[in-house]
Amino acid sequence: METFAALAHGMAVAIQPMNLLYALIGVFLGTAVGVLPGIGPALTVALLLPVTYKLDPGGSLIMFAGIYYGGMYGGSTTAILINTPGESASMATALEGNKMAKAGRGGPALATAAIGSFVAGTIATIGLAFLAPLLVDFAVKFGPEDYFALMCVAFVTVSATFGDSPIRGLTSLFIGLTLGLIGIDKLTGQARLAFGVPELLDGVEVTTLAVGLFAVGEALYVASRRHHAEEKIEPVRGSLWMTMEDWKRSWKAWLRGTMFGFPIGALPAGGAEIPTFLSYSTERRLSKHPEEFGKGAIEGVAGPEAANNASAAGTLVPLLTLGLPTSATAAMMLAGFQQYGLNPGPLLFAERPDLVWGLIASLFIANVMLLVLNLPLVGLWVRLLAIPQPWLYAGILVFATMGTIAAKPSVVELSMLAGFGVLGFLMRRYDFPIAPVVVGLILGPIAESQLRRALAISLGDPIVLLQSPMSATLLGIALIALLAPFVLKGLDRFKASED
Amino acid sequence: MIAFHARLFGAVVALSLAASSPALSQQLELKIMAPAAPGGGWDQTARAMQQALVAAKIARSVQVTNVAGAGGSVGIAQFVNGAKGDGNQMMVNGFVMVGALAMNKSPVTLEQVTPIARLTEEIQVIVVPANSPLKTAQDLAAAVKADIAKVTFAGGSAGGVDHVMAALFAGTIGADAKKINYIPFSGGGESLAAILGGKVTAGISGLSEYEGQIKSGKLRALGVTSEKRIPGVDIPTFKEQGIDLVIANWRSVVAPPGITPEQRKVLSEAVEKMVKSDAWKDILKQKGWEDAYLGGDAFADFLKKETTRVTDVLKSVGLVKS
Repeated sequence: METFAALAHGMAVAIQPMNLLYALIGVFLGTAVGVLPGIGPALTVALLLPVTYKLDPGGSLIMFAGIYYGGMYGGSTTAILINTPGESASMATALEGNKMAKAGRGGPALATAAIGSFVAGTIATIGLAFLAPLLVDFAVKFGPEDYFALMCVAFVTVSATFGDSPIRGLTSLFIGLTLGLIGIDKLTGQARLAFGVPELLDGVEVTTLAVGLFAVGEALYVASRRHHAEEKIEPVRGSLWMTMEDWKRSWKAWLRGTMFGFPIGALPAGGAEIPTFLSYSTERRLSKHPEEFGKGAIEGVAGPEAANNASAAGTLVPLLTLGLPTSATAAMMLAGFQQYGLNPGPLLFAERPDLVWGLIASLFIANVMLLVLNLPLVGLWVRLLAIPQPWLYAGILVFATMGTIAAKPSVVELSMLAGFGVLGFLMRRYDFPIAPVVVGLILGPIAESQLRRALAISLGDPIVLLQSPMSATLLGIALIALLAPFVLKGLDRFKASED
Repeated sequence: MIAFHARLFGAVVALSLAASSPALSQQLELKIMAPAAPGGGWDQTARAMQQALVAAKIARSVQVTNVAGAGGSVGIAQFVNGAKGDGNQMMVNGFVMVGALAMNKSPVTLEQVTPIARLTEEIQVIVVPANSPLKTAQDLAAAVKADIAKVTFAGGSAGGVDHVMAALFAGTIGADAKKINYIPFSGGGESLAAILGGKVTAGISGLSEYEGQIKSGKLRALGVTSEKRIPGVDIPTFKEQGIDLVIANWRSVVAPPGITPEQRKVLSEAVEKMVKSDAWKDILKQKGWEDAYLGGDAFADFLKKETTRVTDVLKSVGLVKS
């Protein structure tokens, strides 16, 4: 009940006209930067910090939260329409979303993303308000060995889900893992596979890889096919809005996506990428229309979109209760708190309840604003697809290049973008799935350093991986997921011979 | 006639001099490079300088650029090569860059830049979870001496100030610094979770980062690395506990190589004026940074000594091959 009273008080803070204005500016900016590849919400908050330091702390924190939520949402628009994920968290959305857009179902795809984000954001914000203290205890107990086990689950499900065969999926995954080795080793500080190029010391930027593989690769592929069989893009086929069938297929995916996104987002090293891919894999397994996956299945958009927004709310749990920033944007928000002399942590709820609950309440409001801002734009966005293909893809190339330069102005970065574009083209040409490469790049280094940390703490004793119940369970799940297809096949044969 | 001219000339010079010192500095258009991504300590320092220099009317405009990569190795390379002889550019740097340059075998070193001034420093702290049996820095020292491999330290990136401090701690109490079990985490957040969750023995970080947890009683501070007790902070120093460990995460500002002594003077004076301005003091208070201004040759000396000390430590733990 205490929570309700506090939340009601927070609502009163959030609906002050100035705070509403800050929230509106926030979601608007967030959506705009989410659309641009390379410029993420973290960079935006960083650039705004010096500007906002004279403003009232409540208002500017509300604006930052709006940017965060808006960025998570805006990234999906370009992912769906032009196969260019603005954020690594929108990658899973691009897989089915862009296929839907090409088949004239861009409207429903954008709508399910918007509504899914709203539903997930709202549920997760409720979770933030009520479960934060419980979740924090759980998150803190999650040790390096548990993270490693979680990564194993992600590796197995991802490589099994994508592509026509596990071998192709694993091949792609290993390309990504290799790319993940580039740069300074986090635990010993030694450079690996950098070949003396200073720009490579920090490793391969995820957005450069994703934009190269998805957007540039796609543009090259389309150009190469132009004289064989031109792919027809229909801007709108059927309803611009979601049909009853779409709603029916979406709502469960939204809820499941939220279940992945919120708790994993709350983990100190969880992030938004793992839940989106886990959600995608799950939807693909559970779908009644598995044949549509890879051709534009709406569940494949609904689930990951819900997951990425829920994880954004999840990251606020450790930020507000412990002062633990678990994503780049959360780290920037922490800097925002500190700029006002506020230290997020257990004391903040007690010392500045108006600020914390005002922030949480304005997250609800930001969610509503995002929905209102984005749904009417769906009709406008899908018009983009009516642009003649050569123009559209030329535009995508310019857009992708500019985004990369904006994020990291260097020749090396641009050459990498071009190189990844060619890689993406070749992989598409020879039918290798692209997503596992990016998953490998993101999760490989995390899995490696968590495993090595676990072993350093246990003085090299591998049994530590099985001693933690959480890690043992997760490793068990990974093992079953890896072996199940083979075992089932074996059983089939057994059955056949019995007949 | 000549005398009159000379007198007139003198008067004009005197007049213009009187008017010029604010007017001249008003013409300063500076570019400050933060050799890191937006948001980190160096970026915040650069942006704080920008704010203070403009607010105190020391410079007309200040532009901050970010060149991220490899603990500043990418930024300094670009700065030394691209800004050579340019008296309107400066770069923020700090403790971490010393180690990063050594570890990355950077062809560019801090000897090449023109030192301007040290600006701030952050005191370091060693913490343990509230339920840890270790109560004082001596308890920790005893545990390290008993079995050095079993005492795990969580902190920031390999070769950074936290890592160097762990090695110095072991060295100071007479243990073998080479054998420390230091576990690097990316960012204070992740290591904090490992400490609170009891996964490691102790954690090392900047004091401000853990202050909230220390005050709320979730973490116990064993000691701080300042020379004397910090006013308002109820944590004993290592020195008063008999462990000679003094270290701080300092940040400074440097100019490009090849600038003239006059250009160096203009920049040094601008920075000196800035640290005395109210705008700068306000920012320090807000961010919880300690003023550690050290200008001119004293800073150049400090930079040299610190470089030697850090490189020696990194060699002793095997991060830099000698």
